[in-house]
Amino acid sequence: MRRLLTAALEVHPQVALRPEPFGALAYHYDNRRLVFLRSRDMLKVVESLSTHPTLEEALVASEIEPQRWDSFQSAIDSLISSEIIRVR
Amino acid sequence: MSVSPLVEQLKGGLDAPICLTWELTYACNLECIHCLSSSGRRDPRELSTEQAKQVLDELAALQVFYINIGGGEPMVRRDFFEIVEYSVAKGIGVKFSTNGAYIDKDKAKRLTDMDYLDIQISLDGADAATNDVVRGVGSYDTARRAMDNLASAGFGPFKISVVVTRQNVSQLDSFKALADSYGAQLRITRLRPAGRGAHTWHQLHPTNAQQRDIYNWLSAHGENVLTGDSFFHLNALGPALPGLNMCGAGRVVCLIDPIGDVYACPFVIHDEFKAGNVLDAGGFTRVWRESDLFIDLRQPQSAGACASCGAYDECQGGCMAAKFFTGLPLDGPDPECVGGDADVMLASVPVSLVPRPSQDHSKPARVPSIAGSR
Ligand code: SF4
Ligand code: SF4
Repeated sequence: MRRLLTAALEVHPQVALRPEPFGALAYHYDNRRLVFLRSRDMLKVVESLSTHPTLEEALVASEIEPQRWDSFQSAIDSLISSEIIRVR
Repeated sequence: MSVSPLVEQLKGGLDAPICLTWELTYACNLECIHCLSSSGRRDPRELSTEQAKQVLDELAALQVFYINIGGGEPMVRRDFFEIVEYSVAKGIGVKFSTNGAYIDKDKAKRLTDMDYLDIQISLDGADAATNDVVRGVGSYDTARRAMDNLASAGFGPFKISVVVTRQNVSQLDSFKALADSYGAQLRITRLRPAGRGAHTWHQLHPTNAQQRDIYNWLSAHGENVLTGDSFFHLNALGPALPGLNMCGAGRVVCLIDPIGDVYACPFVIHDEFKAGNVLDAGGFTRVWRESDLFIDLRQPQSAGACASCGAYDECQGGCMAAKFFTGLPLDGPDPECVGGDADVMLASVPVSLVPRPSQDHSKPARVPSIAGSR
């Protein structure tokens, strides 16, 4: 897994997020990809990416306990591969 | 592989649908013998342009990302472009299904100039002989002309959408080659006994041996071929095919018909699966979130006669529409259960007990199809 904690990230401008009971749906208007964010915490983190200098700070601001950071990092990594999130 | 927690959560329903089909009209220039909506004639109660726009306003507020527009032939509506453009401007992408009859060079150009628009051209045979038996004389050439026009206008990867039948299973490679030759994407879906398809299903649906061919073919090509996640009943044959393996009716999927009636899915146009109308108080949102039918569909469903089957987790008992229109219990095996568990039951359903589609917009004086009815 890539080390992403220090990366500056943002939601792709062509992506819309829709909160749902299980977390959220993310839809990419350009590549037509529909992706599931599997918890409300994940949605919180994703939504706060662009207003924080790094992923780590977004995690702290969203009050995610450090033991869960690894799983968030790998989820973020796969969101980067589906172009839902990108490096700023 | 067992059912993922995500699928369990989706079964409990969403705040808004993921996959919403909107059939703009029951009018159609063709009379396909398997038409899921028994289309042909326009319904005089069809939603007006203004009403359609109000529905789109509501869908935008619900953050529905895209809609699947169908019919009938949606391009028959004079306000087709107006509706599509309004939708896209509201941030709702459009994918529409068409038989291609109205995609001449000018329309192809106009469609190419639009953003967030996908086109799906229906074709049910890789040659005219196979296709035209199902879709009508000349319909193969019409569809190919539309594809040519889109290609020369530079539309990019449109979709070719095939309903898999007993007669065209052997052509899957040819369909793929045709799609590749246009730089198009192939989509294959399952034939369901809905609409006029209820009368022709027994002659058209693939045999059990062919179902294994479909499964094998999809296992080999699955990543590059779209399926609308419609073949999950085949997962009982082995490792799960890609996609969301569940019946989404009323949970993630629904249909708005041309007069605004909301059904659980495009393949169950029948009073039993009608949840309400977009013109009712509270609109579509209320129907989606509060109708008794949809709330009921989101409750855990019983596996019934499938409970003892080892493949239930993968197959989920198959398609509700297929069971309903063949007269089988909804909590039992799919009529095309790959284990053959429905065969005896199917054979014993008295014809008089098989539900008939509760409406029919077929053109009058239709000559009975070559396939005939059972
Ligand atoms: S018995 Fe039911 S669960 Fe098992 S394969 Fe047949 S339809 Fe699927
Ligand atoms: S009833 Fe059949 S076609 Fe409709 S959503 Fe369920 S599985 Fe799909």
